[in-house]
Amino acid sequence: MSSRFDENMSQAIAVEKVSKKFVLGALQRDTMLRERLISMLSAPFRRRSALNVLWALRDVSFRVDAGEVVGIIGRNGAGKSTLLKVLSKITYPTSGEVHVSGRIASLLEVGTGFHEELTGRENIYLNGSILGMKHGEVAAKLDSMVEFAGVAQFLDTPIKRYSTGMRLRLGFAVAAHLDPDVLIVDEVLAVGDAGFQRKCLNAMDGLRSGGRTVLFVSHNMAAVENLCSRCIWIDAGKVVMDGAPREVIEAYMNTFANAREAMADLRSVKDRRGSGEIRYTGVEYLNTAGEPLQVVRSGDSLIIRFHYHASKPIPFPSFGFRLYTEFGTLVTDTSTWHHAIDIPLVPPGDGYVDLHIDFLNLLPARYYFSLWITGTASPVHDNIEYCAQLEVELSNVYSSGRMLDSRSGIVFFPQRWKVNEAVLADASGKTEET
Amino acid sequence: MNSEWFTDFWRYRELLYFLAWRDVKVRYKQAALGASWAVIQPLLTMVIFTLFFGRLARVPSDGIPYPLFSFCALVPWTYFSTTLSQAGNSLVSNSSLITKVYFPRALLPAATVLSGLVDFAMGSTFLALMMIYYRVKPGWSFFLVPFFLGGMILLAFSVSMILAAMNVRYRDVKYALPFLVQIWLFVTPIIYPIAFLTPKMKRFLAFNPMAGFLEGFRSSLFNTGHMDWSLVGTAVIITTILLVIGATYFRRTERSFADIV
Repeated sequence: MSSRFDENMSQAIAVEKVSKKFVLGALQRDTMLRERLISMLSAPFRRRSALNVLWALRDVSFRVDAGEVVGIIGRNGAGKSTLLKVLSKITYPTSGEVHVSGRIASLLEVGTGFHEELTGRENIYLNGSILGMKHGEVAAKLDSMVEFAGVAQFLDTPIKRYSTGMRLRLGFAVAAHLDPDVLIVDEVLAVGDAGFQRKCLNAMDGLRSGGRTVLFVSHNMAAVENLCSRCIWIDAGKVVMDGAPREVIEAYMNTFANAREAMADLRSVKDRRGSGEIRYTGVEYLNTAGEPLQVVRSGDSLIIRFHYHASKPIPFPSFGFRLYTEFGTLVTDTSTWHHAIDIPLVPPGDGYVDLHIDFLNLLPARYYFSLWITGTASPVHDNIEYCAQLEVELSNVYSSGRMLDSRSGIVFFPQRWKVNEAVLADASGKTEET
Repeated sequence: MNSEWFTDFWRYRELLYFLAWRDVKVRYKQAALGASWAVIQPLLTMVIFTLFFGRLARVPSDGIPYPLFSFCALVPWTYFSTTLSQAGNSLVSNSSLITKVYFPRALLPAATVLSGLVDFAMGSTFLALMMIYYRVKPGWSFFLVPFFLGGMILLAFSVSMILAAMNVRYRDVKYALPFLVQIWLFVTPIIYPIAFLTPKMKRFLAFNPMAGFLEGFRSSLFNTGHMDWSLVGTAVIITTILLVIGATYFRRTERSFADIV
C-alpha cells in the first residue's frame, strides 16, 4: 500500500516508529462490568484517574532484508517479546507501522494449542493448522515430523500420557517443518535438555541455509552469535544497538559489569514457608578477595554469601540450598548439615554464611537457588523456592579458546585428555608419507 | 468494515474446521456417555416438560403429541443455548492461543457454533425416530427446515461474537450467561405454541428472533399449516442487525484481545 516499503524488493520486514503502550492497572479496574457500571453511575463526568503507563516499545524502527537471521537480545521486560508479538500481528502497535512480506510463521511457544485429550497424531494436525500449515502439507510431512520427535510408538496415545520432553519434541517437530518466508521465534530454545536444544539449533541453522528470514529472541548468547548475521539489542522498549552479533553482544554483556546486581534481595519475598524465626535476606556473589562479583563465569573461583536475619537466638540451624537449572533439573543439593557443621547458636540480628567455590564447574546458563534453613525445634525456619538467580556466563574454561555454552550440558569437569603418543607419531608419519 | 477481515476469515477456513473438530473430539472423549449426551439432555428436559406442562398444565401443542412438540423445539434450542454458553467463553478459554498465535479471532466463536451442529445432528436423528414412532409425517414444507436452521446458526454466531468479545473485557459476563439463557428459554415458544399467546404478548415476543425461527422450524417440520411469516420476517431482520452489530463490535475490540485476555 504505502510505497516507501517497496523501495527494496528483497526487504522482508519493515518496522516504522512502532510504539506500544500498556496501561497498567486498567485491567484489574475494568474486568468487572459491574464495577464499570457502578463507577459510571456514581461519577459519570469524572475523568478516570491517570493510570500507570508502560511503553513496552518506543519508536522502534528497523528493516530486515530477506535471508537475514536477526537475533534480538535484551533483559527481561525490555520489550523483546512485545516486538515479536507486534510483528506476528498478535498484538497491535499503539502507533507506527509494521510490514512483513511473504508467508510469516511465528513460534512464540512450542506446542501452542496442544490438547491433553488428543493423541499425538491429532495434535500434530491441530498444531500444524494453528501455525498456518495446510492439511495436505501436514499429511505429507507427518512421517518426517514423527521421526524428528521420536514418538512413533506413542503416536496414537493422548498426549496427557506424554512426558514433558516428548511434548516439547512433538511441538518442535511440527515447528521445524514450517516452511515460511519469515520465521519469528521466541525463547523456544530455552526449554528442553541439551540434546534437544542442539536439535533445535540445527533445525534453525537449516532454515538459515535455506535462505529464510529469521528473527529470534534468545538469552543464549552463544546461539545468537553462532546463528545470526545481525543482532539487535533492545532495552526499555528502544533499540540500543543494531549490528554485528559479536559487537552487540559484547556491548550488552558489558552493561552487566556496570550494573550493581551482585546482590539478590530476599527481604521482600512473600512466597516462602517456615517459622520465620530466621530468614534469608539476600544472596551475594563475591570474588575471592571479598569484592562483589558483577559477572559469574564458568570456571570462576567465587564466594556465595547467604545473608540472614534472626529474630531470636536459633540453636543448631542448618543452612542449605538446592540449585536448579532453568528447566527445573536439580543440579545439586548441599548444606552445612551435609558437611556435618554444627552451629550451636545463632544470635539474634543480621549475619551471613559463606560458600567458597574454588572452581565453578557449571556451564553457561541461568540457575536458580531454592534456599532453606532448618533447625532442631521447628523443622523448617525458612524455605524459598526458585529465588536467587545465578547467571553463569561463557568462558574459556579449557584454555583452548573454545567456549563452552549451554549446549554442552549443565556441568563440566576439570579434566585432561591424553591421546596415545604412538597414535600421534603414527599419524604424523602417515601425513608425511602422503 | 473492510473486506480484509472477511478474506482473512476465508483464508483460515481450514483452521476453523480444525478448531471445531477439536471441540467435538474433546467433548466426546472426556464424557463417559460420549455422544449420547447430545440426546439425553433434550430428552430428559422433554420428559419433565411433558409431565409438568403437557400433563399437569395441559398446555396446547398444535395438535401434535406434546412430547414430540417439545422435543422438536428442544433439539434446536439445546444447540442454541449450549453454543451461546460455550462460545461466550471461547476467547477466554483459548487465551493461550490468542496470546501466542495470529489467526482471525472470530474463528473461535465460529468453531463453537459449528461444532455444536454435531450434537444437533444426533438430536435430530432421535427426533426423526420419534416422528416415526408417533407416525407424524413431514409435509412439503420440510424443505424450509434448513432455512430456519441457517437462521439459528447465524443468530447464534452473532450473539456469540458479542458475548465472547464482552467476556474478554468484562469477566462477569460469564456469570450473566446462564441467566440470560434461562430467560431466553421462557420467551421462546418451546414449552407452548405461539398461538397460545395473546396478540399483545405475541408482538412482544417477535423481538426474539429465536421465536420466529423455532416456530418456523416446528411448523415446517410438522406442516401445521399456519406459518407466521411476519414473525419469521422480523426474526430475519433482527438477526441481520445483530450480525452487523456483532461483527462490528468484535472487529473493534479484537485488536486488544491479546493484551487483556
